[in-house]
Amino acid sequence: MTARWIRVVVGGLVGAVIIAALYFPILKRRVKQTAKLQPQSEEQARRELTQPLAANPSEPRVKAKLFWASNSDDAALTPVTVDLPLSADPVLRSKQVLNTLLAGPVDPELRTLPPDAVLLAFYLLQDGTAIADFSEALATSIPSGIVSEQLAVDSITHTLAENVPQIMRLKILIHGQEVETLAGHLDLTGAFTVNHRAAQAAIVPADAAQ
Amino acid sequence: MLLDVTNGGMNFAQGVMLPGHRRVLCALVLLFVALPCGSAQAPAQAPPPLPNNPSSPVSRPVPAAGGAFSSSSPAQMPQTRTGLNIVVLDPAHGGTDTGARGTGGIRESEIVLGFAEKVRRALEMQGFQVVQTRLGNENPSFDDRSALANAQTGAVFVSLHVSSTGLPGTARVYVNSDLPLGREANGLIPWDRAQAPFLGLSRKLGDLVQGNLAQQFRGSPGDAQSSAIRQLRTTAAPAIAVEISSVSVDNRQDLDRMAPGVAEAIARGVAAFRPSYVVAAVPGAVR
Repeated sequence: MTARWIRVVVGGLVGAVIIAALYFPILKRRVKQTAKLQPQSEEQARRELTQPLAANPSEPRVKAKLFWASNSDDAALTPVTVDLPLSADPVLRSKQVLNTLLAGPVDPELRTLPPDAVLLAFYLLQDGTAIADFSEALATSIPSGIVSEQLAVDSITHTLAENVPQIMRLKILIHGQEVETLAGHLDLTGAFTVNHRAAQAAIVPADAAQ
Repeated sequence: MLLDVTNGGMNFAQGVMLPGHRRVLCALVLLFVALPCGSAQAPAQAPPPLPNNPSSPVSRPVPAAGGAFSSSSPAQMPQTRTGLNIVVLDPAHGGTDTGARGTGGIRESEIVLGFAEKVRRALEMQGFQVVQTRLGNENPSFDDRSALANAQTGAVFVSLHVSSTGLPGTARVYVNSDLPLGREANGLIPWDRAQAPFLGLSRKLGDLVQGNLAQQFRGSPGDAQSSAIRQLRTTAAPAIAVEISSVSVDNRQDLDRMAPGVAEAIARGVAAFRPSYVVAAVPGAVR
């Protein structure tokens, strides 16, 4: 082999190394992107699709009343007024207030819903019946008992009653399914009346709220 | 079929039907049941069997509320008598369903079984016959527990619970929240709403028991609360749920100390309710 061929071969190898060095970061980036696209569980996929709606700053800010546990009576609710940009659309508005309710009050002791529960979907039928579909955590993480289960449902129905007047009844689903009870006591086979009068009656002086 | 329609409902355990209602029954049977209509002297049949498949969507007949609330004319009014003899005691949960669990390992299903024993003795001292939905660590279904009560005549149903939350040392009584009566065209009450005709009586029983509990345990409310409790909905009898607070106590003995007071309050409440619970007594009725 002549010296000329040796130079050609060495030059080719050097070129290949340079090309490989340039391509390697690109390849690494692609591998990372592919890893991110690994199959997700159904629950993960649903959660990503149903992320809490970001508040739209262009929407008018409204003094929304949300119902969490009372700090003076552990079997009662207290309304807390929160300034929120709320949509005029009843379904979007319902999602906004329920996601805020799920996020919880400042004092976590006054929560009525488990912190890991997620609102998966919300529908409103023409007859005023709303359907709220929550993740399984609502049923599995809530403390079992009549008091705690009743407070959970009341906080949802009172909050909807106060902020979304179009809703007359509420049906609660867990992960898209009708279940017999929330956590062994409260009956979820029927629809709850979203009682506007009850929401008003539950209101206590604002200084009692946190 | 033995049907008493004098109080607007059906009572399968009251004996022969009054002659004045024969035609009504025949029409119902011919139109809706398609069974041959026998003579008025036909022998009484036994109460309907307990449901074998409670999840079936088919409506099941359940006894209607007592004749004390009948709107019939005086001539049609059957004789009445107090009907409360049996208390169906329901220690909730059981088996793999432990119910509420405290951080100290306290399990609702175990606590309520101990409470049931005390309540049973207190009720028997008052002269009641007590039937329990479970005696050990079994977990009958909601419908099986209701069916046990629905098969009795003149019974009340008391379900025992311990909460996860709430002020420790207090007790609350719950009655089922309003249910649409929804009687079907054939006069039968759907199994799913069996409690509907008894809501008024349940409220009365609940308030009496809650009043006694409030005397025993400071901080307990004075009146019974309403809640959509699954267990009560399918129970065709005056029915209440008693929930003690709570499994969050550090020491199980704190709960055990409540048992005698809870038992006494329930027994007194049920005894005070006894005169209010009147069921139709048809002459010649077969029990």
